[in-house]
Amino acid sequence: MTIQTDKSSSYAEPGIDGMVSDWSADKQNFDLPWGKLMMWIFLLSDTFIFSVFLTGYMNVRLSQTDNWPNASEVFALEIGGVHLPLILIAIMTFVLITSSGTMAMAVNCAYNRDRRKTVLLMALTALLGASFVSMQVFEWSKLISEGVRPWGNPFGAAQFGSAFFMITGFHGLHVTAGVIYLIVIARRVSRGYYEDKGYAIVEITGLYWHFVDLVWVFIFAFFYLW
Amino acid sequence: MQNVAIADQPDHLHDPQTFVTKYIYSQDHKVIAIQYALTAVFVGLVALVLSGLMRLQLGFPDTFDFINPSDYLQFVTMHGMIMVIYLLTALLLGGFGNYMIPLMIGARDMVFPFMNMLSFWFYLLSVLVLLASFFVPGGPTGAGWTLYPPQAILAGTPGHDWGIILMLASLVIFIIAFTMGGLNYVTTVLQARTHGMTLMRMPLTIWGIFTATVLGLLAFPALLVSAIMMMLDKTLGTSFFMPALVSLGENLDYSGGSPVLFQHLFWFFGHPEVYIVALPAFGMVSDVLATHARKNIFGYRMMVWAIVGIGGLSFFVWAHHMYVSGMDPAFGFFFATTTLIIAIPTAIKVYNWILTLYRGNIHLTVPMLFAIGFIFTFTHGGLTGLFLGNVTIDLPLSDTYFVVAHFHMVMGVSPIMVLFAAIYHWYPLITGRMFNERLGKLHFWLTFLGTYAIYLPMHYLGFLGVPRRYFAMGTTDFIPESAPSLNASITISALIVGLSQLIFLYNVFWSIRHGKPAGHNPWGATSLEWQTPDVPPRHGNWGPELPRVYRWAYDYAVPGAEHDFIPQNHPVSEAEQTAGEHEEHNS
Repeated sequence: MTIQTDKSSSYAEPGIDGMVSDWSADKQNFDLPWGKLMMWIFLLSDTFIFSVFLTGYMNVRLSQTDNWPNASEVFALEIGGVHLPLILIAIMTFVLITSSGTMAMAVNCAYNRDRRKTVLLMALTALLGASFVSMQVFEWSKLISEGVRPWGNPFGAAQFGSAFFMITGFHGLHVTAGVIYLIVIARRVSRGYYEDKGYAIVEITGLYWHFVDLVWVFIFAFFYLW
Repeated sequence: MQNVAIADQPDHLHDPQTFVTKYIYSQDHKVIAIQYALTAVFVGLVALVLSGLMRLQLGFPDTFDFINPSDYLQFVTMHGMIMVIYLLTALLLGGFGNYMIPLMIGARDMVFPFMNMLSFWFYLLSVLVLLASFFVPGGPTGAGWTLYPPQAILAGTPGHDWGIILMLASLVIFIIAFTMGGLNYVTTVLQARTHGMTLMRMPLTIWGIFTATVLGLLAFPALLVSAIMMMLDKTLGTSFFMPALVSLGENLDYSGGSPVLFQHLFWFFGHPEVYIVALPAFGMVSDVLATHARKNIFGYRMMVWAIVGIGGLSFFVWAHHMYVSGMDPAFGFFFATTTLIIAIPTAIKVYNWILTLYRGNIHLTVPMLFAIGFIFTFTHGGLTGLFLGNVTIDLPLSDTYFVVAHFHMVMGVSPIMVLFAAIYHWYPLITGRMFNERLGKLHFWLTFLGTYAIYLPMHYLGFLGVPRRYFAMGTTDFIPESAPSLNASITISALIVGLSQLIFLYNVFWSIRHGKPAGHNPWGATSLEWQTPDVPPRHGNWGPELPRVYRWAYDYAVPGAEHDFIPQNHPVSEAEQTAGEHEEHNS
């Protein structure tokens, strides 16, 4: 009983034929390590959580009688005397998408058994994630100083603040958890903990991280651009 | 198979030795299952006592001073919530799911035993938080188990201060617990089956539990989010679900929220929840019926597709709970249609159970009695569902005792009948001893007949228009004077049924020590859980080697076979191969 270490197929035969014969004849349905399948299922469940959050937000927004604040003005910054709408959100989005790139490179390095590079790239990913969270902290404190609260704000409908703090807060918690997760796994990689077990765990961490980024794209589209 | 869990490594490496590692911080799926089951039964008894108190008030109004109207509402709420979530969901999935999945598919344990253990501890925490609400100022919430805003968090509803917060917190913790367990169940069923155990050879119990868990993983998010939003409405004063309101002559700070949004979210969870409870019950009752009728389950493939079909459809029917909520009436047409479509796979299942019994060699053992009782209660509850699924009939019946009778028959009594069937059926495996047959039969007849004595009259009360959730009926023109005496009779039946559960508890605990040793496979069942080397199965389940599966789980009374059953791990003989008829089942 050897342990899977890389992406080589564990089906009896490669390709579709192997999958069909495994589905109808034997033990495992998906050619994936247990943890990876479990992460996929968890992400499916988490997708439902965020979908319900966004659906709830859209529902309260559409049934609103008060004026909905103009997001690109609320989230504008004055930099060097220039008025830049949504600039901070644009930077945050850029940082998060970049971190997905470094994460993908880390997965590649892990499967190539390049521990040093893997750890460096994971640390870089965690750093980008942490800077995303700190920019979010900045954004929150700016809005709070302007009088935006969960129960009301000076720009219009109270639900603007409620939905903003709830959805970005829940997403921010996901990013924070992801940063901690990345640090824990990177530490273990650097200590050689996965030399025998294989490096699928880096890819599993990556799945979670890409998911958090993908969710942000939807939040960006539905909350900031709409 | 290249991925190996700790549980798949040689036995002695991880067999726990001390009492604490063996029974308390255990990662063994069987111990976790029993921990889940005991906790669930304990809170279930609390909820049973609450229902007894409710019935006392309804049957004999103005008699019991210690029940005032707010107490009554709190009893209603806690009874409903505990029974649906903390008893049925936890016992069926956390209890039987944990025990049966690895044993029936031939695995040594769940794929991630540590997470499985955490799942139980989170569940225990959620139960403690829930029970704590009985001891806080104001008591538990009395908002009704559906927790509809705006009343759930406004002054005037009992427990609007502390009770509702603890309830929402407890639900969030429960969902975390369920997610950890549920991910384990789904991954184990998909990836850790033993050699030869194809999906289409799994016993229906596993199909039911598997599909129900998938439903749970997709439906609980809606409850989680609505609990979070309502918690924010309560604690921070946001207005997700709260419209502008005047309460006691004062304008409240809320404005612009949508109470109907909560109802949509709640029932998007709530309707699949019905099937999260029902599908494992469907699966287990199929296996009990086949085993005790010594006959293969009729239409195995259709049974599987019916389970999957019901599971899929259950996500498209939620608003049939909301015909009177004020949503767009056009929705009612759509949701009535989808609701009635669900009757098709459900009817397939009922016909197949009956055809399984047809010309079977029926052994009227205690589990079989409960299983047959289930077919009755489920059919009756299902038929009243056809009434309530139609908008025009639902409108006058909405919020009457007809609804109470309907859902108690279909998702209260029916799953409980299956749970009793399952407990009696698997008791010899879990404890290694037989229960007392006489006491079991007494328990069955009291429960089964008592159920009808309770719920049949309730249908009639509903047609009269008696509203549910009312503390007392008072005197009204449209309710005849005979209704209160009917209520008294219902109460007496309910108390008898409630007390008769003591027989069950006595039987279960007495037989652990004093029952006859059950021996190996006392029912002559074919599925893998009865083929373990030890009874009850030890840690790791299978000894040194995993079993190999050669056939489906329903080879009963095969012509020409030595016994009237052939276990799943019994190789296919040459005679069978040439016979060809069974080839169909096994391929």
